[in-house]
Amino acid sequence: MTLHTRSVAELAAGLAAKEFSAVELTQHYLARIEAANPALNAFVTITPERALADARKADAARAAGRAGPLTGVPLAHKDIFCTDGIRTSCGSRMLDNFIAPYDATVVERLQAAGTVLLGKTNMDEFAMGSSNETSYYGAVKNPWNLRKVPGGSSGGSAAAVAARLAPVATGTDTGGSIRQPAALVGITGIKPTYGRVSRYGMVAFASSLDQAGILAPSAEDCALLLGAMAGFDPRDSTSVDRPVPDYAAELRLPLKGVRLGLLKEFLERGLEAATGALVQAAIARLQSLGATLVDVSCPSLPLSVPAYYVVAPAECSSNLSRFDGIRFGHRCKEPRDLLDLYRRSRGEGFGAEVKRRIMTGTYVLSAGYYDAYYLKAQKVRSLISAEFKQAFTQADVLVGPTAPTPAFDIGAKVDDPITMYLNDIYTIGANLAGLPAMSVPCGFVDGLPVGLQLIGPHFAESRILAAAHAYQCATDFHRRLPASGT
Amino acid sequence: MSLTRTDVEGIAHLARLEITEPELAIYVASLSKILTFVEQLNAADTAAVEPMAHPLEGEVQRLRPDAVTERDQHDKYQANAPQVAAGLYVVPKVIE
Repeated sequence: MTLHTRSVAELAAGLAAKEFSAVELTQHYLARIEAANPALNAFVTITPERALADARKADAARAAGRAGPLTGVPLAHKDIFCTDGIRTSCGSRMLDNFIAPYDATVVERLQAAGTVLLGKTNMDEFAMGSSNETSYYGAVKNPWNLRKVPGGSSGGSAAAVAARLAPVATGTDTGGSIRQPAALVGITGIKPTYGRVSRYGMVAFASSLDQAGILAPSAEDCALLLGAMAGFDPRDSTSVDRPVPDYAAELRLPLKGVRLGLLKEFLERGLEAATGALVQAAIARLQSLGATLVDVSCPSLPLSVPAYYVVAPAECSSNLSRFDGIRFGHRCKEPRDLLDLYRRSRGEGFGAEVKRRIMTGTYVLSAGYYDAYYLKAQKVRSLISAEFKQAFTQADVLVGPTAPTPAFDIGAKVDDPITMYLNDIYTIGANLAGLPAMSVPCGFVDGLPVGLQLIGPHFAESRILAAAHAYQCATDFHRRLPASGT
Repeated sequence: MSLTRTDVEGIAHLARLEITEPELAIYVASLSKILTFVEQLNAADTAAVEPMAHPLEGEVQRLRPDAVTERDQHDKYQANAPQVAAGLYVVPKVIE
């Protein structure tokens, strides 16, 4: 069996059985990255020396009998997570020269679990995008078809895992940035409940929506990694102090009797027919495995995209004000005065979409407009959240599509922000309400993967992971690989 | 909602962003489109709705004791600064 076609759980078992060493496994992935990354552009920084040092440490820990379940498993971090001593660019010219002086909590915890850092993955600039075309380092290609986007903003992580250049990768999800790329490249992705995973050291985009998660070959792998990442962190003021369940053990929660809720609004809005048919077939499969199905409705859900495009830009304009050209990041040449320094450093350092969102946010927060836009959007957010809560009295897990279509052509939507924003029509609701949600591969349209989305109530990660796992035990869509992944 | 060039120049100034002439035309069009798009929110009846304060019901942000938790690492942090002198960040002259 080839090493890289295995899931994280299978690799971990191989390491535990001493079938291969962490160093051998790491060398295998580094060779794959070297061979395939020029075509995919999934990594912006590759860290071979660090990876081999981590791997040697992992092998030594195993020899000393101190290995945990993830010891020696290689992974990649989205370049939004600060990594001490390693450039953390966030896909932006602004941070092209930024060497993070500390580790994000996610990085620290996964390192403590014995994982091996292969490198940092490409992303939409400051996580603002749904196609990975806004990166300062260029577009990432979809491994299933190099003319297509991999989705975004965690597009580099998604492409790296889909092409098996890394067994697993971290991502962040503010409006769908883990689930939508996972769907578009045919892998499994989870965005946990808001507050479940620490945001410390994760470059902030929209603080009330941002959440870190995992992109992996399977739900079982997501459970393994999430267990190592999640938990209370006093350094993040919104981190929730609540015990972390044993997600891997709870994968065995039975699907029998689980009430699936089919969201009416998800089937009405711009859903491509072939994608919808695959999602319906996946839901029927879950029913055949013992789940029941009820129709549910969140009537305000169609307003989630407009609410998001007020709240997210508002928070982004505030968060990104820290990039001033003074303490770190890009500074323009020969500033005339302080104002010129700010304006040109930011004008040069940020790309077009980031500037668009900063300006949208600046406008909706400005005097005289705050109530009409920001306050109104936060009220609609309350409505949507209450409707989800109501839906969860009738259903345990909400199901629907992750994205309205399979991957689209690179360049097809870059000139029309609204069309691009509507890619996230099914994913944004979970962010607005802080709910955990996943995308699971459920078939192909013209050779391109399609994702099924599962949304759970707050802190019900185990429930959606178990449903996804039951589905993956009965199907093999998540095991299919693009030609570049075999 | 339709924005004018002057509006967008004003927003760019507030956001401390230098915008080039060709960019300005693009932002006038796209920001106007986005603001029109988000006007859909007006359709929602929110008269009796409180704005969301936290995504998790009942959660409030914690306070911590007012005690020093960081150690001085300014050399390491300032290694990323464009210009420093004697441990201070250097900026263009502000006061004449």
